[in-house]
Amino acid sequence: MIHLRGITKRFGQYPALHGIDLDVAPGEFIALLGPSGSGKTTLLRIIAGLEFQDAGTVQLGGEDVSTLPVAARNVGFVFQHYALFRHMTVAENVAFGLSVRRGKARVAKAVRQARAEELLGLVQLEGLGSRYPAQLSGGQRQRVALARALAIEPRLLLLDEPFGALDAKVRKDLRRWLRDLHKQMGLTSIFVTHDQEEALELADRVVVMNQGRIEQIGAPDAVYMNPETPFVSHFVGETNRIAGPAGEIHFRPHEIAIAADGAEALLVDNVFRKGAVWRVEGLLEGSRQFVELDLPSTLAAPRLGETIRFNPHRARIFNADGEQSKGDQS
Amino acid sequence: MSGPIKASARWRQPSVLPGFGLSFGFTLAWLTLIVLIPLATVFLKAAGMGWSEFIAVGFSPRALAAYRLSFGTAAVAGLVNAVFGLLVAWVLVRYAFPGKQVVSALVDLPFALPTAVAGIALTALYAPEGWIGQYLEPLGIKVAFTWVGITIALVFIGLPFVVRSVEPVLADLGREVEEAAATLGATRWQTFTRVIFPAIAPALLTGFALAFARGVGEYGSVIFISGNMPGRTEIAPLLIVTQLEQYAYAGATAIATVMMLASFAVLLLINLIQAASRRRMGV
Repeated sequence: MIHLRGITKRFGQYPALHGIDLDVAPGEFIALLGPSGSGKTTLLRIIAGLEFQDAGTVQLGGEDVSTLPVAARNVGFVFQHYALFRHMTVAENVAFGLSVRRGKARVAKAVRQARAEELLGLVQLEGLGSRYPAQLSGGQRQRVALARALAIEPRLLLLDEPFGALDAKVRKDLRRWLRDLHKQMGLTSIFVTHDQEEALELADRVVVMNQGRIEQIGAPDAVYMNPETPFVSHFVGETNRIAGPAGEIHFRPHEIAIAADGAEALLVDNVFRKGAVWRVEGLLEGSRQFVELDLPSTLAAPRLGETIRFNPHRARIFNADGEQSKGDQS
Repeated sequence: MSGPIKASARWRQPSVLPGFGLSFGFTLAWLTLIVLIPLATVFLKAAGMGWSEFIAVGFSPRALAAYRLSFGTAAVAGLVNAVFGLLVAWVLVRYAFPGKQVVSALVDLPFALPTAVAGIALTALYAPEGWIGQYLEPLGIKVAFTWVGITIALVFIGLPFVVRSVEPVLADLGREVEEAAATLGATRWQTFTRVIFPAIAPALLTGFALAFARGVGEYGSVIFISGNMPGRTEIAPLLIVTQLEQYAYAGATAIATVMMLASFAVLLLINLIQAASRRRMGV
């Protein structure tokens, strides 16, 4: 469905993307995950045609659209800050994409209205068509933006930090709702996020980006469980990084086994409840490196100043070049 | 603040911003001192003359011609400024270019320049033997000493109003809505007419209203270029001065009263249109 080859982009002196290759299958739900400045939004905008690559090609559905302007690509785009037309009603916003069609593609007003009505139903905003965007909540506005993008029957849907401007509760609801909508419609979709939880929850495949390069592509579970680079290991999920003889040892707070003869010893500095577990923070004895551990909250809470001996379990060791060496300590 | 809020004070609602009473009182007092009392004097003075005399002076053929000229040229100049002021604001907001700050400062110059200077300069340019006038004359286009010249002077005076009203709104509009329109298949022209223009229209209207109001009252820059022929190129403010020079104070205030009421009606109408559009957009 989407084939990107060697996409390169610079902004002045600043290189934003270094030769990105990416293939997306029809109906897939892809997350572009990375910190700010990783190039994820630039990549999304290049796919949409809002930005043009310096080198490389963009293919959508077998057609080379590398030089096609955005208006001719027929992609739905949802902006972080909604970008609704505030002088138009909600229904007019949704029907906008149909109302600008001219000539043979012209859509009659009655058809446009019916389509807007239908889409507002899809995004669960029935009856709000005559309101203005200013009269809606943030979550409602984002759903209007989504309905507006879907109205043109796009061949793919691109979402730029779609939940970035919403508060936590609305965000969670909208996330679940978007996943259901994707299942129902099966529209190939790519969304950009810096929130790894969001990416892991929604996407079929996660593309982790850093400094204009793709670090890893994989199913959420694979990316979380088997990070291929130190960056992915650190960025996706919480990870402790301690220096070891063969390189940097990475392990998640819960990836430990308590053992009286454990190789590491943590001097407990702080303990608090984190959902179903005790989050224990402190420094390692000897090396004095900061580490976080999760202990089952069925145990008594560790006391401050106590020493906990443990072995990292399923740890990953990366050498100085960022390559992973076989070194499971479990 | 103490005591229960009286139900009778319907428009006075509890607010996190204290001091509404004090600031509103101050606003009223200030407006009264600066605007209302001087204007009231004009009315009082005009009221001193009888009704029939008021009509005779305030609506004489010469006065009517002057009103038509003043309001007509101010409206045309306001429209011209709306178009080209929007263009200037667009360029200033959208593009980075060397000397941008200089251009921006040039826009404000008509605010600072003594209007008489502008009038003399424009007359020198557009007079039949002037730099520009000498080329227009053979083409049969007369600018100086016609309504066209007056309009040009008013365009000069009014430009900053439109530019400075539209600029912040245009800057605030951002690229995203334009990009959204483009992703939905809109052409550049459709994006401008259906997305950008409606969004900046209220600000443009404000700029037009300010330029128009300034144009109606403008005196200094116009009297040089207009030629001041009674009934033809005599603007209403000049007619008032003429009356004053003949010690016809009552006549002057009669004309002033008519102008003031007409101006107030136009500005009120524009304000009402804006209030309606603001309510709609929720800003």
